[in-house]
Amino acid sequence: MDIVGFVDNLFADYTLRQVAIGAAMLGIVNGVLGSFAVLRKQSLLGDGISHAALPGIALAFLLTGSKSSLALLLGAAATGWIATLLIMSIVKHTRVKYDTALGLVLSVFFGFGLVLLTYIQKLPVAAQAGLDKFLFGQAATLLRKDVVTIGVLGGIVLVFLLVFWKEFKLLSFDPDFAFSLGFPVRILDVLLTTLLVIAIVIGLQTVGVVLMSAMVVAPAAAARQWTDRLGVMVTVSGIFGALAGVSGALISSQAARIPTGPTIVLCASAIVMFSLLLAPNRGMAWGFVREQINRRQLQTDAVLGDLYVLANQHQEPGHGHPIEVLRTMAHGHGGVDRSLKVLKERGLVQEPGSGEWALTPLGMEEAGRLSRQWRETS
Amino acid sequence: MTFQDKGIGEGKSGIDAGTEPAVRVEDLTVAYGDKPVLWDVDMEVQAGVLMAVIGPNGAGKTTLIKAIMGLVQPVAGYVSIFGKPYLDQRRLVGYVPQRNSVDWDFPTSVLDVVMMGRYGVLGWLRRPGRAERKAAMEALTKVGMADLAGRQISQLSGGQQQRVFLARALVQDARVYLMDEPFQGVDATTERAIVTLLKEMRSEGKTVVVVHHDLQTVPEYFDWVTLLNVRCVASGPVEEAFVDRNLRLTYGGRVSYLTHHTPEETFGTPEE
Repeated sequence: MDIVGFVDNLFADYTLRQVAIGAAMLGIVNGVLGSFAVLRKQSLLGDGISHAALPGIALAFLLTGSKSSLALLLGAAATGWIATLLIMSIVKHTRVKYDTALGLVLSVFFGFGLVLLTYIQKLPVAAQAGLDKFLFGQAATLLRKDVVTIGVLGGIVLVFLLVFWKEFKLLSFDPDFAFSLGFPVRILDVLLTTLLVIAIVIGLQTVGVVLMSAMVVAPAAAARQWTDRLGVMVTVSGIFGALAGVSGALISSQAARIPTGPTIVLCASAIVMFSLLLAPNRGMAWGFVREQINRRQLQTDAVLGDLYVLANQHQEPGHGHPIEVLRTMAHGHGGVDRSLKVLKERGLVQEPGSGEWALTPLGMEEAGRLSRQWRETS
Repeated sequence: MTFQDKGIGEGKSGIDAGTEPAVRVEDLTVAYGDKPVLWDVDMEVQAGVLMAVIGPNGAGKTTLIKAIMGLVQPVAGYVSIFGKPYLDQRRLVGYVPQRNSVDWDFPTSVLDVVMMGRYGVLGWLRRPGRAERKAAMEALTKVGMADLAGRQISQLSGGQQQRVFLARALVQDARVYLMDEPFQGVDATTERAIVTLLKEMRSEGKTVVVVHHDLQTVPEYFDWVTLLNVRCVASGPVEEAFVDRNLRLTYGGRVSYLTHHTPEETFGTPEE
């Protein structure tokens, strides 16, 4: 299908539009909440919450017998939240470390969820069909009422975040100081974690429990590359989340039987890769470029210095020195030819004979200045 | 050495809370597991003094500060600030945590961090505005960092990070300050700036308790001292408590300080 046809389709096709709107909203909410999770070094908590949600979904179905999204989400939130509290209390009351506690709780809850899911699938009722879509997510199953649920819950989460913005910021940066100012740090912590649980839960139907944590971590990690301000980071992270969600959901809905979760995660990964490489300041590409520029500058200065040393050893400053001598003096650092070319362009060196180089009067002056500078700083 | 006498004198007159000590610690015991970190510590900090808390590594200096603030739950003991329990008086106490206790790569600016000191007074729902910005800029000027207000905090040196924390505490406008190793790993310029600031705070009637590790500078910077090694060995005015016998009790035989200085050299004679 060509792009124009696809865009036409997006506006004409009701289902596709539902999917796009739902994916955008869950992307925004998870990108925003994920920023706080990443900054509080709780990236893995998202993984624990989403995996632990599976038994909740299964239990909610068994108890109510319905697949109404609100019932399933409540179940998911309940077990996700219990798992979080369990992780926190294990860390607090035993000598088990955070990552171990998280791994334990995650696998136990997820295993239990799989057992329940297998049991449900053997039940002789038709209603169970599609519950396994919660594993890898299926955006095509989003109905209008699901999208409304995502919108309402996501909206509530964002409103809470805006209301307690300053407190959450302080909590994330320096919780001890927040306590010393009189803020109820533990309540704020539980509140922020609860918001994260809700954010994750509304994404489960689309993205699936297995890969949901990528929606929490990836947009935030990418956004951090682009800015040094919390507000901007959270906004950019929300936009990245929406971008990954929409593109992933739409791509998966174009081909039959591609689960949405993996497609969304691939889109999110592309955004992360792009940001890690190309973001200004923090991006690896810029670091590499800066390093190369510095290195070339140093090489050029070194060749100029070497010529200065040679010139001082001879009576006659215009006397040419073979390039091989300069290469030897550079100790194999290379870049001698390039440096000479650059220096010639700047009028600092001349080539009196083929392959022989000497400083110009201007070069002599510049080299002298550099050598004095080095002596002062070292 | 004249400032020492002056400081003690001022401490008694400058505070309206009468004779209540700024900080009173009674029978404080803190344990991690079954290992006592602080054991039956009694300590009083008179209002308006500049007190150093010194002791070897693992003596419980940081734990003492954290226990006073309720950040660490004591096994037993009682802490009061101007005669009332700490939890009722939290607003009166400013806290300067160790510099490395936070992630300096957090996406925020110097000015933003300093304004956090006003969040407690602001209370819920209200956002920092022009007044908070002004207070933060004044505090930054005091610590010599006004020109770096817009700087991302990850670009600060260790000394600058410490000054940002001090500025954040200043805008709190507390009456008692608890500082955990503010001189840790800072350059000489910052150290001088901090000392000047501490003395300024004392002259404004503030009470400052500082966890300190450099014995050489105790008599020069502080007027009161607490020597801690799990138990409280001594606590009082520097000229009374900071003596050979107490230092030996606190540090065992490992005090290089004692081999270089006699007490006379250190404190000077009162007639000077």
